Amino acid sequence: MSSNTSRRRWPLLLPPLLWQLTFFLLPLLFLFVISFWSVVNFRLEPDMTLKNWDFMLSRSSFWSAYGHTWALALGAAVVTTCCSFPAACSLAFTVSERTRKLALMFLVVPFFTSYLVRVYSWQAFLSDNGIVNALLSLVGLDGLPMLNSDFGSLVGYVTLALPLVTLVQTMGLAQIDRNLIEAAHNLRAGPVRTLFEVIMPLAKPSLVVGALFAFILAFGDFVAPTYLGGGAPPTLSNLIIDTTKSGQQWPRAAVVAIVMILTLVVTSLAAVRLAYGRRK
Amino acid sequence: MMLRLGRWFGWAYTGYTFLFILAPIAASLVFSFNADRFPSLPLKGFTMEWYGGTFTDPLVIEAFQRSVMVSIPVALLSTILGFCAAYCDFRFDFRGKSLFSLLMLLPPTIPSVIMGLGMLSYLSRMSLAGEVWAVLISHVVIALPFAMAMIRLRLAQMDSALEEASWNLRASPAQTLWHVVLPFCKQSLVAAFLITAAVSFDEFAVAWFVSGLNETVPVRVLVFLQGQVSPVINAIGTAVFTSSILLVAVGMAFSGMGKAKRAAADTPAQPPCGVLVSNNGLSL
Repeated sequence: MSSNTSRRRWPLLLPPLLWQLTFFLLPLLFLFVISFWSVVNFRLEPDMTLKNWDFMLSRSSFWSAYGHTWALALGAAVVTTCCSFPAACSLAFTVSERTRKLALMFLVVPFFTSYLVRVYSWQAFLSDNGIVNALLSLVGLDGLPMLNSDFGSLVGYVTLALPLVTLVQTMGLAQIDRNLIEAAHNLRAGPVRTLFEVIMPLAKPSLVVGALFAFILAFGDFVAPTYLGGGAPPTLSNLIIDTTKSGQQWPRAAVVAIVMILTLVVTSLAAVRLAYGRRK
Repeated sequence: MMLRLGRWFGWAYTGYTFLFILAPIAASLVFSFNADRFPSLPLKGFTMEWYGGTFTDPLVIEAFQRSVMVSIPVALLSTILGFCAAYCDFRFDFRGKSLFSLLMLLPPTIPSVIMGLGMLSYLSRMSLAGEVWAVLISHVVIALPFAMAMIRLRLAQMDSALEEASWNLRASPAQTLWHVVLPFCKQSLVAAFLITAAVSFDEFAVAWFVSGLNETVPVRVLVFLQGQVSPVINAIGTAVFTSSILLVAVGMAFSGMGKAKRAAADTPAQPPCGVLVSNNGLSL
């Protein structure tokens, strides 16, 4: 029987496995390999050198880009989580099943629009003579510089992550047993206490996972920091693009990519541990 | 009273959240018809100039053709491979299965700049970088997890006795797969096809790295974005958005017809939107 199922398994298992091994895992491993190669006359030459690592990691500009990217991604995670939580609560607890489904459908709509187009559209809102400043001047307020700043980048990150984070949070919150909330109410816990001591601990996995998604999306995004954040100071993804496209220095870009992957792996493991690890 | 106030506040807030999400989409729709080159208020009047400019630009037309030519095979391949992976995850137990599923579902969590660089350096060693093939290959890698997650969710609704009954009736495993499992998954297969096509049609970063001179639509948009202010972006964005939504509506109507037919057979039919929504939670 077992040899029978294993014989049946291979024709279905092999195609996707081989595909993802050949075209997903190997390219990522290859990045690690070429980080030790050198560039001779604009051509990649197999080598075994640490000079790319040394070149990137010894520069203060690399580390300031690293710090900037990390801070922006963390900011995006916090802002997106906080912005979406009230909406997710509202959708999970105070509307009918039907309305919730409709709302979740609307959250999927951005999936069908180009992120590039949405970022371009935000430029029209945030620029100095843009829509937001026009509205501000209508009520007699001075215009604010918003484009080409970290604020601009954050708007882009939130645009990217908010629908997904709201979906994750709403689904997490909707799964909470209503009896527990009723019980808290019967035991005379006020709404604030119920929120912090019953709902949030129960929804912790979805809150943390949502924040992690926002972090990952923001950490790797190059569109918002370039076209809303002004590109300076650069983020790590800007650094990869500049190093690859204008410098032809693929090995150095590979170093940046590996540092990014390691950061994301460590962050994800920490987040998963925070979300699920300490649950009794 | 307090509670009702809180409830109203929550609804108002949720409304603003949706406004934030939909505002850039709506603005790009409005500005795509605005006579002013620069997207600002007040509006200057109605024009079709940007659409005209878009659909007579040979670069844009070529990019459209290329995007369609890439996204259809990508959708087909990722749906087939995604089904295989989802069925293996559903049906078989084997050593390293969780590692297998992780490998299948991981690509969307890798920043696309990194995927782009990895694909560029790897595929250029195979002399594929700069070819349409490179875009196709990378997009299947990225889209496969979405197909797998959607089909896996559908399989989870299948009564495993269904397959056993089929085997007892002397259908071979292959026949069972073809006559029982595939029809059961039909809606999710259609939905997976449409979504993976949309993923491919929308992907710009990896495509930008590996496509060379073979620009797809989003790569062209990125090039426009790098240039000066260009209302053409709004026209392209609106056109692509409208056609994606139409495609999804067609997909929903299609699976809705399946639902009506199967209602008698008491199959818990799932609307494609349900699939999408749950997919977003699961896949990443």
